[in-house]
Amino acid sequence: MNEWSQALSAHPAAGEAASERTISGNRGLQIEEPLIFEQDSPGHCGVDLPEPPKLKLRLGGLERKGRIGLPGLSEPQIVRHFTRLSQKNYAIDTGFYPLGSCTMKHNPRLNEKMARLAGFADIHPLQPISTVQGALELIDTLAHWLKTLTGMPAVALPPAAGAHGELCGIMTIRAALEARGDKRSRILVPESAHGTNPATAAATGYEVDAIPANAKGTKNQGRVDVAALKAKLGPDVAALMLTNPNTCGLFEDQILEIAEAVHAAGAFFYCDGANFNAIVGRVLPAELGIDALHINLHKTFSTPHGGGGPGSGPVVLAGELAPHAPLPWIVHGLNGFDLVEHARGDAASTIGRLKGFHGQMGMFVRALSYMMSHGSDGLRQVAEDAVLNANYLRVKLAGALTQAFPGICMHEVLFDDAFLKDSGVTALDFAKALIDEGFHPMTMYFPLVVHGALLIEPTETESKASLDQFAAVVTGLAARARSGDAEAFRTAPHLTPRRRLDETAAARKPVLRWRPAPVQREAAE
Amino acid sequence: MRAVRYTKDHEWVRQDGDVATVGITDYAQSQLGDVVYVELPELGREVEQGKEAAIVESAKAASEVYAPVSGEVVAVNDNIVADPAKVNADAMGEGWFIKVRLKNPKELDGLMDEAAYQEFVGEQH
Amino acid sequence: MRYLPLTDADRRDMLAAIGVASIDDLFTEVPQPAQHQGLLDLPRAMGELEVERRLGAMAAKNTVAGAVPFFLGAGSYRHHVPAAVDHLIQRGEFLTSYTPYQPELAQGTLQYLFEFQTQVALLTGMEVANASLYDGATACAEAVAMAGRITRRNKAVLSGGLHPHYRSVCETYARFSGEQIEAQDPAPGGGEDLASLVDGDTACVVVQNPDFYGEIRDYSALAQLCHQKGALLVVVVTEILSLGAITPPGEMGADIVAAEGQSFGNALNFGGPYVGLFASREKFVRQMPGRLVGETTDAEGRRGWVLTLSTREQHIRREKATSNICTNSGLCALAFTIHLSLLGEAGLTRLGALNHAAAVSAAERLAKVRGVKLVNQSFFNEFALRLPKPAAPVVEALAQRGILAGVPVSRFYPERRELADLLLVAATETVTADDTERLAAGLAEALR
Repeated sequence: MNEWSQALSAHPAAGEAASERTISGNRGLQIEEPLIFEQDSPGHCGVDLPEPPKLKLRLGGLERKGRIGLPGLSEPQIVRHFTRLSQKNYAIDTGFYPLGSCTMKHNPRLNEKMARLAGFADIHPLQPISTVQGALELIDTLAHWLKTLTGMPAVALPPAAGAHGELCGIMTIRAALEARGDKRSRILVPESAHGTNPATAAATGYEVDAIPANAKGTKNQGRVDVAALKAKLGPDVAALMLTNPNTCGLFEDQILEIAEAVHAAGAFFYCDGANFNAIVGRVLPAELGIDALHINLHKTFSTPHGGGGPGSGPVVLAGELAPHAPLPWIVHGLNGFDLVEHARGDAASTIGRLKGFHGQMGMFVRALSYMMSHGSDGLRQVAEDAVLNANYLRVKLAGALTQAFPGICMHEVLFDDAFLKDSGVTALDFAKALIDEGFHPMTMYFPLVVHGALLIEPTETESKASLDQFAAVVTGLAARARSGDAEAFRTAPHLTPRRRLDETAAARKPVLRWRPAPVQREAAE
Repeated sequence: MRAVRYTKDHEWVRQDGDVATVGITDYAQSQLGDVVYVELPELGREVEQGKEAAIVESAKAASEVYAPVSGEVVAVNDNIVADPAKVNADAMGEGWFIKVRLKNPKELDGLMDEAAYQEFVGEQH
Repeated sequence: MRYLPLTDADRRDMLAAIGVASIDDLFTEVPQPAQHQGLLDLPRAMGELEVERRLGAMAAKNTVAGAVPFFLGAGSYRHHVPAAVDHLIQRGEFLTSYTPYQPELAQGTLQYLFEFQTQVALLTGMEVANASLYDGATACAEAVAMAGRITRRNKAVLSGGLHPHYRSVCETYARFSGEQIEAQDPAPGGGEDLASLVDGDTACVVVQNPDFYGEIRDYSALAQLCHQKGALLVVVVTEILSLGAITPPGEMGADIVAAEGQSFGNALNFGGPYVGLFASREKFVRQMPGRLVGETTDAEGRRGWVLTLSTREQHIRREKATSNICTNSGLCALAFTIHLSLLGEAGLTRLGALNHAAAVSAAERLAKVRGVKLVNQSFFNEFALRLPKPAAPVVEALAQRGILAGVPVSRFYPERRELADLLLVAATETVTADDTERLAAGLAEALR
């Protein structure tokens, strides 16, 4: 039997007593909220707009005919609708997110205030340069901070997210190789890498060659197998994509040797900066020998995750890659800052544009506000507290869970599901039970190099008390799992607005939008 | 009808004269979880042993189905396209994927028999 | 340090619990030469007041659109966003939540994304839409890539009326993925013959409606021709509000729509973050990039939502993914959804009419300025004017006088002399008659 069928046929644990069933279907503060399309008051509007003047239309005879199908509601209804939806969400503001490699740190509200200053929010990207000098100054200041924090000479700011930054980095590498007259076809990617890495390599026209990690118990366990890596290096390898610290939460301590080997083979060294939070202010990636590194502003630099985006993924670049950076470039001109928007002069070798306009300005403001708030001293403390918190959890959970690669970790710690062996409880079930305890589950089943991986990154903005509570709950749950109560885990969660959802049905017969119910026809026509 | 043969990628093939029926094994479907979608090749397509012939997707994973034998695709199982759950329910029978007119029947000799495959599966974890 | 909860006492206790003497003992895996001693050469930590002063000083150096007559468009539009939108998106449960991979903890996000997908499908007249991409330009590049996957052909024909940034992004992506882009020259005022360029190697034709110069056209015939030749029609929309007033791409036979959603709910923000809209025919859904939210039921039979068809995506398919994209534009999509919910059908139609009226009024007034000619036969809220001399210096002069007059086309095509006299002017519901009068007077002065 597969997971879904098991969940369906299990007893609904802790079911509602008849006295608890409500008439409305609501449960206290948890309100059942239909779709906006199901609350339509035709003709209604939540915005007061003046009557448009009558005039001769100039729409080329292509006026829209017929109903669009959008519902009409008043402002109170809309506010209530979205407020109720928000109450069904977990968030950093509500609790701890132990998600690995996501860096779910507190999102400071000062950043939101700064991003909303009219001088940043109410300016058009194509205004004359003389009217937006302050915006260019902000972006240039952010660029300075990123270059100083990484030790790299150049930075490309347009990428809209981490994966977009990876695309940017690998594209500049390919452009640099083409400029050398060097055609290479492969990119090396560790098996532990995040899925965006091989996807990026493929999108840039490269074949992906996976490098294994050293097994548990071996020297340099959990880190990339350097011998295997060297064996795969050759004149047809364009680059190595490495995450450091890696997705097992370990620092790739042979990185200097790796960088040397990669460069000796004429290849470039791309670093995925998702885990920069572990080393910011303490380690300069430039001194690790990397040629390009993307930084997730929505991870290390606290810009909010917003339920899935927007992000921002600037890429710091070595000197040889800098001429290929995407447009636009911000430069210091005669009369202040200037924007280079075309592929000519110094920018003749650019790869071109990766998105419209200039980049994620709203995220730049937030990130710079964060950087200034912390300063060089605060940022160094961030890395130290992040690593301290992760190691603290490592020792607190050592009794209950099995660490995949025992020993010191960096800002995140990796466990496997060996502790669930013979319990009948899967890592998925365990995570769903954690939800009932008021926690978002840790990252599961990633990285792929470990069976039933559980990756936990606390970040520096969790207090010791928060970590103690989390450790106590996980320890308690682990004991419960081993004591034979598999049924309760398989049917978890029980206390959320929705129980476990049928992802199989959603994929077999996708329903991706609301549609009005078919109108019932009268019998006699 | 000959006995079933197996590949290391968990496909099975059953020969009947010069046509062979191909599917994924029961072990494979249990590893995948609930199958949600299959993509089958067009009739008449030439498939090559060891190369991708079809795609099978669950909610959490997508896998290539490699042709265990080379030849021309002479039938595809539309039933599993309409109802992918059949792959889970009866992977070795009703959940078949394609039928191939064999180009080189000797290819079957190189594949595992039932006993060898069961041993292979036992080694997986 | 206000964002760091650990006290020195905590740190001591925790180091003891771990069994190390100092924090440096947790960094021993980092090679010594790579460990930076001391602090980097950057300012020290600042309190809120200080940060506000410094960033406020930078902000004050910019000319704010709302403070002056403002007529810029060219892919980013100034609309009035109702106050409720910004309050709602700043609720912590929206602002600080993660991607909804654990659906039981994220029904709020999943439900609003389902509503968003429905709104986008309705607006564009298409069957299915995803949960957003980064922006319109990257959505356009993804559409071209998707057309290539579906048709298994290599060539994309791009109309000269496509926004130059969108064209540029397509060209960058194609350079590395191996697609062949045939970008047509800009042809303001018409004259382009795309039909003749469609053949058996064409994966798609990409047009924009209204186009970069504001012209509105019926692409139904082109759609049919493409389909006859086995190619797809991709329609780009940079001003999504226009679909409240004109025939949507779905009714013209479009196969994929790539659009920019910034106009609803999102401020100008100097170009980002914006929100890419992406819609297609249902039969192509498995080739679609980005996240998709689907409806389902839970263990008690109640309706709920989940991310679905994830096997297309990078975290599962890895190198065989439909795209490397990971994030969507979550919060911007929420702002879009809330704004459009507040407008509703009646409000959207009215807002469209107000925009068109503002633009018609502005076009008629500006065409009366000596030497100025309106290029367009048709337009929604943006049109092109031909001036009797290069537009860029005129725009700069007007900016010095506190008028943001529009976007000179030469900003995008500096080498094309024949376009240097063109000025793109947008007039939304935020433009007043007084603004238009001041622009007209300013133009007259600058053109003397």
